[in-house]
Amino acid sequence: MYSERVMDHFRNPRNMGEIQDADGVGTVGNPVCGDLMTIYIKVKDDRIDDIKFKTFGCGAAIATSSMITELAKGKTLEDAMKITRADVAESLGGLPPIKMHCSNLAADGLHEAIKEYRKRKGTEK
Amino acid sequence: MRRVYMDHAAGMPIDQRVLEAMLPTFTRNYGNPSSVHSFGSEAQKAINEARSKVAELIRAEKGEDVVFTSGGTESNNVAIRGVAYRNRDKGNHLIASSIEHMSVINTCKDLSKQGFNVTYLPVDEYGVVDVQALGEEITDKTILVSVMYANGEIGTIEPIREIGEIVRDKGSCFHVDAVAAAGQIPIDVREEGIDLLSLSSNDMYGPRGVGALYVKAGTRLQPIIHGGGQERGLRSGTENLPGIVGMGKAAELAKAEMKSEAERLKRMRDGFIKGVLDSVPESFLNGHPTKRLPNNVSVRFNYVEGESIILSLDMEGVACSSGSACTSKTLEPSHVLLATGLKHEEAHGSLLFTLGRQNTAEDVEYVLGLLPGIVRRLRKMSPLTPKELIV
Repeated sequence: MYSERVMDHFRNPRNMGEIQDADGVGTVGNPVCGDLMTIYIKVKDDRIDDIKFKTFGCGAAIATSSMITELAKGKTLEDAMKITRADVAESLGGLPPIKMHCSNLAADGLHEAIKEYRKRKGTEK
Repeated sequence: MRRVYMDHAAGMPIDQRVLEAMLPTFTRNYGNPSSVHSFGSEAQKAINEARSKVAELIRAEKGEDVVFTSGGTESNNVAIRGVAYRNRDKGNHLIASSIEHMSVINTCKDLSKQGFNVTYLPVDEYGVVDVQALGEEITDKTILVSVMYANGEIGTIEPIREIGEIVRDKGSCFHVDAVAAAGQIPIDVREEGIDLLSLSSNDMYGPRGVGALYVKAGTRLQPIIHGGGQERGLRSGTENLPGIVGMGKAAELAKAEMKSEAERLKRMRDGFIKGVLDSVPESFLNGHPTKRLPNNVSVRFNYVEGESIILSLDMEGVACSSGSACTSKTLEPSHVLLATGLKHEEAHGSLLFTLGRQNTAEDVEYVLGLLPGIVRRLRKMSPLTPKELIV
């Protein structure tokens, strides 16, 4: 059902966990639907210095969360905002069609985290 | 790697003895039972024998009361539509339980679009149909009541005899979907007041693509498949001879071995359930603790999602199912779990093991050795898990 790369990320998720003193946190999804993910970022010089995730959900939800952390790490915030759901799916060698909408939320989670960081920074000034 | 198949509700292997009974029908005894010659009459004889064996499994009066179909879904369609269309002049009210198989629920929904009214009976937290509600809802216009013998997802066995009495008193027709129950627990269509009963061959170690419908003598159905008039005109089309012979053999074996096999399965089931509940914090049993199919272990875990547990177990060679939306084609969690009062997020964390003839106590031990670690790992990943559960 899932590609080898999805299973690899499911088996060995990258950057799983929390960042206690995160600069931005984004949560998307809903446990009622079966998928909920939280993305934590640390920002340094306008780049994503560290990123971690926590996810409740199916294999696709966990694999996309893991993949987004790999795609975003080291990128400028501007470039990270450009990562799309399609990019995540493509990097994983594709997702089953039914999973494309419900479980492919990781890009949204990243964008939420960046927005939250920017908002925090804006109010701090 | 060790491979443990515990998804028998989804599909079963064919019993070797069933396969051997079927083989001659492919190459030697292959006639069409409608033919006049000896090839035809040999095939007819084989089908009649199979009919009798299926009848014996459910204690029907005679083989002629059994109509062969292509499986459980078709049996449910033939029964429900057959009664509805035939009895339009008597009434347009149907009653079904809210935890029926989709082949019943979706047939009822389709009939709703054709002018029939359908009442869905609620169930309690264990999935037992509310018999009192049936008494309140059934009227002179109720032409059919459809309640499953047992639910395959949560294992709960329904109070069929009690329901049968209420239906009989009202003079309505009682259809029972026994796909999950047949071959596992004794069924007696005459004692239990059943007019129509659906069966599936693969759910008792027979081949796929064949099923049966018990039709009590005198029950009038309008056929939904028209053609050469086979199966008393209720299911036209040349008989699936290998399938029917296989189903007959499967029914014979199920009847002969039911008692000992059910005892063996119940022991495994109860050890399995206890093992899960004892070793995984915040784990729960779905369905009834005792009125339960011998092979059914349906559990759920807070804070994790079922598909991710299935994938994790699959990596260790274990096959099972879940009622999570993530494993369904509709992206909705199991209507059965929701009907028992579970919240969506609870239904997502459900896991279903259905045991079978090839499973052993060692298989159960193997799965029990894996499950706590898998749930712990996924809980560690989940943002919903309370801190104190992560160690």
